[in-house]
Amino acid sequence: MKRQGIAEALRDGIAEEMTRDSSVFCIGEDIGVPGGWGGAFTVTLGLSDKFPGRIIDTPIAELGFTGMAVGAAMMGMRPIADMQYGDFLFLASDQLINNAAKMRYMSGGTIKVPMVMRAPIGATGRGSQHAQSMERYFTGVPGLKVVAVSTAYDAKGILKAAVRDDNPVMIFEHKLLYGSKGARAEPGAVDATSDIPEEDYVVPLDRAVVRRDGQHVTILGWLLMAHFAAQAAEQLAKEGIEAEVIDVRSLSPIDYDTIGASIRKTGRVIIVEEGPKTGGVSAEIAAGIMEHCGESLQAPVVRVASPDVPVPFSPILENAYRPDVARIVAAARNLTQS
Amino acid sequence: MTTTSQSGAAHPAAPSSDRAFLLGLYQRIVLIREFEERVKFLFLEGTMPGTIHQCQGQEATAVGVCAALQAGDYITSTFRGHGHALAKGLSVQELLDELYGATTGCCKGKGGSMHMGNMDKGMVPGIAIVAGGIPLAAGMALAFKLQKKPQVVACFFGDGAVAEGAFHEGVNMAAIWNLPVVLVCENNLYGASTHIGKVMKNPKISDRAASYGFRGETVDGNDVLAVLAAAQRAVEECRAGKGPVLLELLTYRRTGHSRRDACHYQPKDEREAWFARDPITRFAEVLLARPDVKQADLDAIKAKIEAEIQTAVVNAQQAPQPTLANLTEDVFA
Repeated sequence: MKRQGIAEALRDGIAEEMTRDSSVFCIGEDIGVPGGWGGAFTVTLGLSDKFPGRIIDTPIAELGFTGMAVGAAMMGMRPIADMQYGDFLFLASDQLINNAAKMRYMSGGTIKVPMVMRAPIGATGRGSQHAQSMERYFTGVPGLKVVAVSTAYDAKGILKAAVRDDNPVMIFEHKLLYGSKGARAEPGAVDATSDIPEEDYVVPLDRAVVRRDGQHVTILGWLLMAHFAAQAAEQLAKEGIEAEVIDVRSLSPIDYDTIGASIRKTGRVIIVEEGPKTGGVSAEIAAGIMEHCGESLQAPVVRVASPDVPVPFSPILENAYRPDVARIVAAARNLTQS
Repeated sequence: MTTTSQSGAAHPAAPSSDRAFLLGLYQRIVLIREFEERVKFLFLEGTMPGTIHQCQGQEATAVGVCAALQAGDYITSTFRGHGHALAKGLSVQELLDELYGATTGCCKGKGGSMHMGNMDKGMVPGIAIVAGGIPLAAGMALAFKLQKKPQVVACFFGDGAVAEGAFHEGVNMAAIWNLPVVLVCENNLYGASTHIGKVMKNPKISDRAASYGFRGETVDGNDVLAVLAAAQRAVEECRAGKGPVLLELLTYRRTGHSRRDACHYQPKDEREAWFARDPITRFAEVLLARPDVKQADLDAIKAKIEAEIQTAVVNAQQAPQPTLANLTEDVFA
């Protein structure tokens, strides 16, 4: 057992998968440059020494290297593509959506695309174009699996499960949760470290996880919002409100078994999402809840999300943009008193 | 770094001088023409669903390139892929079944005209986003390099693809890593209805290769033997780790961009000039100049093809259609 942050856990997970399976390789920008950073958040730091020729630095060409990952995956490789900032996924989206996601269906079930796309998201002092919550743009794409990792334990287990999966899997990570060190440390980082077992393990790609038990209200979140939801639950407990906190984790497909079991118990739900409220993943989850367990609700679904604006730069505005613990606590108070 | 080989350029001695081999090439070219003409008829009479993008006039590019490949090599194609498919060895039956949306089609009826393919025969389902197959093909070639396999990929795309960012990104990475991909640009002068003169300052597409640091070549795409020779050179270089190579194959689309397009944007004199350079007529002339090939041989080939297509059409029109259960199958592996 060792204590690790997400960046370290991902690094070990990648290294272990590359050792286990020679078809696994990494592709992306600035991921294996000697004297470089090991990707923008140090996830692949040192791996180019350990795996010469298998940590492939590309030109700044997100569409191109994503397409190459798709093509290599079709030919039996298992690429782990590194999107330096999630926002750049828009450039790569043709290859992800039109090729990676559809190739199996269009081919009548004969082609496999076992690729992983890792992408960091989150409002972190970088203004509007290195900050968006990108997961919403991919959760509705048939043929893609979409997950979001909020702890080091999950990051390693989900990375391994994704590498071993025969389908394209997108892993969203949060810049404030990596625990990147040195020059790449992130101001305002939140502790997402875990005790990591020595032995090999995977975390399923289609399961939410209950982080805290409670009877009065269910709070759903992922990435940074899963942490804020847990912090809000601590505060609420002092007021006698017991919140059940679920890290949704699997964003496509969504685990309505776990979510539904909680809502049938609490009758109340808050969905917390970093990213604009309109068109968000929380909208899909809210609709899914109505379909799966709407009869159990004692009050309407509540969403806590960002306003419908681009991510602002000014720290005052950025903090006002991103849902925080106080807003979650206030929403829970309001809902449990209704 | 850019060269131009026109009709009459040296053709490799063997096997291209072999009678059976040459008649095989002719059979493929005529098969594609006859297939496309029959598909056009079936579509216009309204029995065939969907939309079609056809390649009449461009048969020699597909046949010449695919004849330079070996089993185990792959091609990627576009929305105009019927000819590529037949040239790569997909059967008339699996293609017609696919066009009719049948479960016996090469993609179980889930691909359709724009996504013809069969991985067992080395053809990725057509990528119908212009230039979308270029990074993909480069990635396939990267896999071969990482796996130390000798295969190559021939990546077909049109003149229109050259304006896309995906062309630049995929070609650049293929170049810096010397990937075994033959970049096959079928330059038929039009991206949909827009003439290349309106969308490129330098219309000689093979010139682009030099700017990425590798070899490009412009070839008479209506001369199947010239295409074959150029493709053989390119494949050989790619297999030797000296890829990629860009082949610009000059050709012309005799029929519409799609469906009922009457090609009013193609000037009459231009059409006539290219029709006079039709790949089938020209290759027939080359063959008939040989003492061992008679018109009757060529007629027999055509008759056999017509019969094969006729049988396949009847079969395809009776082929099993998908059940509703098939709708949600094949999304995930």
